[in-house]
Amino acid sequence: MTTVLEYIAAVRAQGDLTPLLAAMPYAQFMGFSVAVEGDDLITSMRYGPHLVGNPSLPALHGGTLGALLEAAAAFKLVWASETVVLPKTITITIEYTRPARPVDTHARAIITRQGRRVASLRVEAYQDERDNPVASANVHFLIKRDD
Amino acid sequence: MSEPAPPPPDDEDEAERERKRARRRAWNFGFSENVPHNRALGMVVEDIDDNWARLRLPYDVRLVGNPETGVLHGGAITALLDACSGAAVFASLDRMQPIATLDLRIDYLRPGEVGRDVVARATCYHLSRNVGFARAVAYHDSEDHPIATAAGTFMIATTPGTGRKP
Repeated sequence: MTTVLEYIAAVRAQGDLTPLLAAMPYAQFMGFSVAVEGDDLITSMRYGPHLVGNPSLPALHGGTLGALLEAAAAFKLVWASETVVLPKTITITIEYTRPARPVDTHARAIITRQGRRVASLRVEAYQDERDNPVASANVHFLIKRDD
Repeated sequence: MSEPAPPPPDDEDEAERERKRARRRAWNFGFSENVPHNRALGMVVEDIDDNWARLRLPYDVRLVGNPETGVLHGGAITALLDACSGAAVFASLDRMQPIATLDLRIDYLRPGEVGRDVVARATCYHLSRNVGFARAVAYHDSEDHPIATAAGTFMIATTPGTGRKP
C-alpha cells in the first residue's frame, strides 16, 4: 500500500494530486477533484443530490461547503509548499455569504502565512462567478510531524 | 403482614419520557427526510430538547480522510457540528422558521479514533430576534475529552407569507 507520505512525495515530484485524492475515500464521497489553472490549484466539488442541505430552496448543506473549503486549503498547501506531511487542521473559520445552488462548486486558496510549524490560508468557494463567493474560510494547519 | 407499598405511579415521568421519544422520532424523521446530506452521512438525532441537541455520526469508511490511518476527514466533523448547532437553534425557536449558517468556527483538538462513532452536543445559548448563537462539542465518550469544539451563528429567516419579521 502506498503511504500518504509517498503520495505527497509524488505530488512534489509530478505536481499531480489526483492519485492522493483517489486514495482518499472522503474525497470520492464528496466528488472532489483538482485542476491546475496557471499558478492556482482549483478544487471542485461535483454536484450530487447527497450534498443538499435544504431541498426546498434548494441549497447545498453548509457542511459540504466547509468540507470543500478545508480540503481545498489542504490540497493547495500540499501542492504549493514544501510541506511533506498531510496538513492537520487546527482551526477553520467559515463564513457563509449566500445560499449555494445545487451545481458544481469550486474553491481557490491563497497561502497567507507559511511558518515552520503552522501555515495559514484564505480560501473562497464559488459557483459560476469567481468574484461572487458563496462561502469563504480562514484555515490554520499544523504542518510539523508529531514524531 | 402487608406487602411493601409499590412505588407510586410515575405518570409524569413516563409521560415526559414518551414526549421526548416522540420528539426524537419526529426530529429524526425530519432530519434525514428533509436534509439529504445528513442522511448520506448517516447522522442520527440521539436527543433534543428546548435549546440543545445531541447527534451521532457513525464511523464509516466512506468518510475517511487519511487512507493510511483511517481517521475521518474533518469535513464530516464540520457537517456534524454544523447540523448539530443548527438543530439546537431550531429547537430554541417557538415555531418552524428556516435558518441559515452565518459563520462557524471549529477548533480541532485531537484526531478522532478509528472505528468509533463521533457524537456532537450543541447548545443554543442565546437567541435574538434575528440570530441564534450556538456552541458545540464533538467527542467519542465524554464532552470532557473533546475531538473538536465549535461556535456558530445562525440567521433566522423571515417567514414567507406573513410579511413580518419574526
